[in-house]
Amino acid sequence: MNVRRIVLVLVVMALPLGTAVAQLTVQILKGMAESVPIAIVPLAWDGSGPPPYDVAATVQADLERSGRFRPLKREQLLEQPHAASEVDTADWRMLKVDYVLVGRLSALADGRYEIRYELVSVASGERLLGTAVPVDPKALKRASHRVSDAVYERILGVRGAFATRIAYVAVEGPVNRRSYRLIVSDADGANERIVFGSPDPIMSPAWSPDGRSLAYVSFHSGLSAVYVQTLTTGAQVQVSAKSGINGAPAYSPDGTQLALALSRRDGNVDVYVLTLANQDLKRITDDPAIDTEPAWSADGRSLYFTSDRAGGPQVYQVGLEPGARAKRVTFDGGYNARPRVSPDGRQLAVVTLDRGGYRIAGLDLKQGGLQVLSGGQLDESPSFAPNGADILYTSRTGGRDTLAIVSSDGRIQRQIAASSGELREAAWSPFLN
Amino acid sequence: MRVLPALAIVIGVLMLAGCGKKATTVPDGAGSTAAGQGETGAAAGEGQVGEGRELPGASGAAGGGPTGVANVIYFDFDRSDIRPEYASLITSHAKFLATSGSVKIRVEGHTDERGSREYNIALAERRAQAVRSALTLQGAGDTQLTTVSYGEERPAVAGSDESAYEKNRRVELVYGR
Repeated sequence: MNVRRIVLVLVVMALPLGTAVAQLTVQILKGMAESVPIAIVPLAWDGSGPPPYDVAATVQADLERSGRFRPLKREQLLEQPHAASEVDTADWRMLKVDYVLVGRLSALADGRYEIRYELVSVASGERLLGTAVPVDPKALKRASHRVSDAVYERILGVRGAFATRIAYVAVEGPVNRRSYRLIVSDADGANERIVFGSPDPIMSPAWSPDGRSLAYVSFHSGLSAVYVQTLTTGAQVQVSAKSGINGAPAYSPDGTQLALALSRRDGNVDVYVLTLANQDLKRITDDPAIDTEPAWSADGRSLYFTSDRAGGPQVYQVGLEPGARAKRVTFDGGYNARPRVSPDGRQLAVVTLDRGGYRIAGLDLKQGGLQVLSGGQLDESPSFAPNGADILYTSRTGGRDTLAIVSSDGRIQRQIAASSGELREAAWSPFLN
Repeated sequence: MRVLPALAIVIGVLMLAGCGKKATTVPDGAGSTAAGQGETGAAAGEGQVGEGRELPGASGAAGGGPTGVANVIYFDFDRSDIRPEYASLITSHAKFLATSGSVKIRVEGHTDERGSREYNIALAERRAQAVRSALTLQGAGDTQLTTVSYGEERPAVAGSDESAYEKNRRVELVYGR
């Protein structure tokens, strides 16, 4: 019988990271020739002294990092309007930008701030967005990301994912003295918080659909076990510590269940579904092959998973109703594994062996056909952004694991470098409130 | 894929970390297997002698197994069958365990770094199970053996070439833990 131990993890969200995992820089390796030229004008600040936060700088960094926009550098701005009425489109046409974002930051009487912003189309002079939003002093960065979201969505027609977070495993040290940390940060790499640390391996972080918890695998008890940790409180609950392998946790879309890979006593790994409220365990696969790495379909009614029942690993789908039979979904090449489902349920991201290198590929579930998206030799662990536009993954470069992002159509390629340590197994959060 | 002109733009994203603070905290719930972590601070002015680690394949005597017998079995790529050259190693350990009924060992399976992590956990488990079966067939008691799979998470050797890979595809017999 499983004993559920609730362990209070003392290094909680409040403690920021020190120097250990230092700067993350994002480099665009392959951009779009048709990225949108835009001017982000620093907001006017109505108070005395310097503004409490540079909203425009965050918006500019967000849009540039997405690879879909080409913001003017601040020093190229010949004028600094602060309202749509002050924007002279003829002048901006000369700078060859398609859009101008202007605004104003003010202090409110109740101690909050107000961010007021307007987005103007240079071609038509039309005001496309006009919003004023009150913000707590501590939420100015998050509010800036939401401005980026609004601009991204208005221009591209796709919801922005700038106000989201990522979880990843950071590894330091030589092979015989490793330290592992599970870290959560903003999607741009800022505000890192250690969720859990151990001298033993940590793997497979998975976000709950409400963004409040992480499930993950840890070996700190001496064996692999699956834990769920509530991010705000740090409370860590052991949810699966059966004999043998406990791995690959994945939350159902309604957050009430975890799909898991368990080997139990016989050493043969199969897929199970655990109901978190009552520890009810349902076996999904039952065969001598390896069945692991489950991922839920968008409607929560089936699981995609890796199985080597055909010889080498391929991706299969199985319904969750009794008597369902698994059907194979990948047919290109001899190695396809680690499926993840796009938020709209139409595409899978997988790890594929492509001409001698392990790469991220996208599978269109309706039409079939695998499209290789990344170009490394040892790429792994794909995770979709909640808007489905990008895929975060691990790329091994120069002998070290780093994170990278590819757009889900493969056109935009970015690399994230940490100045020290290795970063791997990143999971992109859902949309957060 | 289309070849597009590359935009090489480096954007620095600074951490909002408390600068200057050292991250040494490890929460209470973590590694009581912190044994082996050792000192991280350097003694001022003196050269440091690093902490020695036992090499795989070192004589089992130090760890508690049969004297003079290696404790690591290596595997071919994507295979979990035990190569014939390890037959006598297995026999020695099995006999040792059969005659020392109170001795318990961990049978730890590993893969090289290629491919997907959780799939590699399962592959390494296959290797560990193969060794476990071979040991029990030759007299080791079922309760003396705990199998653990680390997949690619605990390489013996860093590196992304075949010489590193072949040293990482292994099962280690670990006494005394």
